[in-house]
Amino acid sequence: MQKSRKLPELWRGYRSSARYDDQKSRVLNGTKNGLLSFFRFIIIVGISYVILAPVIGIISNSFFSRQDSINPMVFTIPISPTLARYEMAVKYLDYLPILGRTLLYVTGVTLLQLLICSMVGYGFARYRFPMKKVLFAFIVLMIVVPLNTIQFPLYMTFRYFGIGDGTVNLLKSPWPTVILSAFGCGLRSGLYIYIFNQFFRGLPKEIEEAALVDGAGAWRTYFRIMLPNASPAIITVAVFSLVWQYNDSFFANTFNIPDSILITRKLDSLVAVIANAEKILTIREQQLYFDAGVVLVLVPVVLIYLLLQRRFIEGVERSGIVG
Amino acid sequence: MTAIRNGRRFRLSFEQRNSLRGLGFILPWLIGFLVFYLGCLIQLVRFSLMNISIDAATGARLETFVGLDNFIEAFTAHASFNQVLTSSVMDMLIDLPMIIFFSLFVALILNRKFRGRALVRAIFFLPVILSADAVGSAITRATELMNTGVSSTAAEMAASGGVSVSYYIQLFGDLALPPTVLQYIVDAVNRIASIIQGSGVQIILFIAALQSIPGSLYEVARIEGATGYETLWKVTVPMVMPHIITNTIYTVVDRFTASQVVKLAGDTYRNYNYGLSSVFSLVSTLITCLILALIVYLLNKRAFYYN
Repeated sequence: MQKSRKLPELWRGYRSSARYDDQKSRVLNGTKNGLLSFFRFIIIVGISYVILAPVIGIISNSFFSRQDSINPMVFTIPISPTLARYEMAVKYLDYLPILGRTLLYVTGVTLLQLLICSMVGYGFARYRFPMKKVLFAFIVLMIVVPLNTIQFPLYMTFRYFGIGDGTVNLLKSPWPTVILSAFGCGLRSGLYIYIFNQFFRGLPKEIEEAALVDGAGAWRTYFRIMLPNASPAIITVAVFSLVWQYNDSFFANTFNIPDSILITRKLDSLVAVIANAEKILTIREQQLYFDAGVVLVLVPVVLIYLLLQRRFIEGVERSGIVG
Repeated sequence: MTAIRNGRRFRLSFEQRNSLRGLGFILPWLIGFLVFYLGCLIQLVRFSLMNISIDAATGARLETFVGLDNFIEAFTAHASFNQVLTSSVMDMLIDLPMIIFFSLFVALILNRKFRGRALVRAIFFLPVILSADAVGSAITRATELMNTGVSSTAAEMAASGGVSVSYYIQLFGDLALPPTVLQYIVDAVNRIASIIQGSGVQIILFIAALQSIPGSLYEVARIEGATGYETLWKVTVPMVMPHIITNTIYTVVDRFTASQVVKLAGDTYRNYNYGLSSVFSLVSTLITCLILALIVYLLNKRAFYYN
């Protein structure tokens, strides 16, 4: 009985002690942090689902067999999965040769973009020359007014390429893209120049002064010292350029780039070709072939991104793209 | 570097040589810009005042000057230009704040350290990778497909439980929210998927911006006894304000590039209506630039540059 009388007193003693406050705040903080990370988890999972749902849908659909596609009870998980869609898609996309040529084209254009945009960005970051502010405003103009605005004049320029009467029709070839990229007017070149400019401005000037004192010329300094030091910016621009050039439909449509060197254009006609050649008449089944084609087309670009992903995000953080 | 002029040799000063070198670095772009970019912009203005036809047999180009006829046709006679232009601009204005808030919010979440952060960042950037036009229709269809799966279940539940969306809309209406605000919220909810898909690059930019805020500012705020909420508004938001401007520019241009009016201009010239197509491009670009200039001006007044 004595014990029970003592309990309230013990409690009161405990409440007024410092240990009580300490433990109370620890429990409260623990609950708060737990709840916060729980809500964060829910939000992240929810948004990730919105992003991943179509991808999951496309991937699972590409394995659907005919029975699965007409069975309303089947959702996402096929009952009798088949690889037939992929066989057809690989066959009619002419997958490996065309993918090879696409990657060659995309990589080539990216290398050009890297070279030219880094040069221009460096020139703006380090040298003073007349009208520099006006010229840099033109870079911003290139970012703000996208190439889509001048689609028709661009089309005309390359339809009748050259001066005077000796014009060449450069459409239906990769040359318009290559020429534009070589002259710093490629796909989103303005943005890449801006990124490189920001990055080079953030590098210490002492590096070049040392190179100059040691007798290196401007170009040698640039190629030997500045470019190797610019790897964060290079990775950032390389990923952007590879992905956007691969996914691009603007250049492809404007210059009518043939589908033998651009797999995304081949994909456009895939459904029609398969439907014709294999006599597949239901739209639902045609779509399954298209899904398999989409997966095949997206695999390389997703792989590129996953390979470079970690360095890419670090690169964006370090290249000062935002300043 | 030496040059010979009037038979007399003289040396360029260090400054002059340097500026020549600088011009050397930007030369490829300068040529390209003047020939292709500026040239095409001028041509665009010229084409918009012309009636152009291409002779099918010889491929020769015939141009006749028609003055402002193309503009008059675009605004008064064309079936859909006014409407497409308005809806494109409205879409842009609705999406812009949503994308900015959403990407800042996500960047704040992803900036904390937690397990699986690299994976989540990779997922959030995925829409940029999957944004190919060629696969766009497949993505849209798959989104609908996956949504039907869930939303049909939700609809069934709603039917059996007697819950209806319109009831909630009614409820919000009773809260005396202005109808425009209500409409905006309903629109925004409808656009969640497209807003999330359009925020990939912006999220990355905001994460980079948050990383560049010096930790000492947060330390000071904590020592002065600021709560997390106060720190957000007094430290984080002012510090990322310049990046909000960058992201606004990026978002507006991105939305404009993907907008219906740009598509309409492309379709029009593919239908051999060259002059009209030029007018569409010109007018929509000018309007976008005006809006952008206005927004950037307004934001710039509130921006604070740390460096």
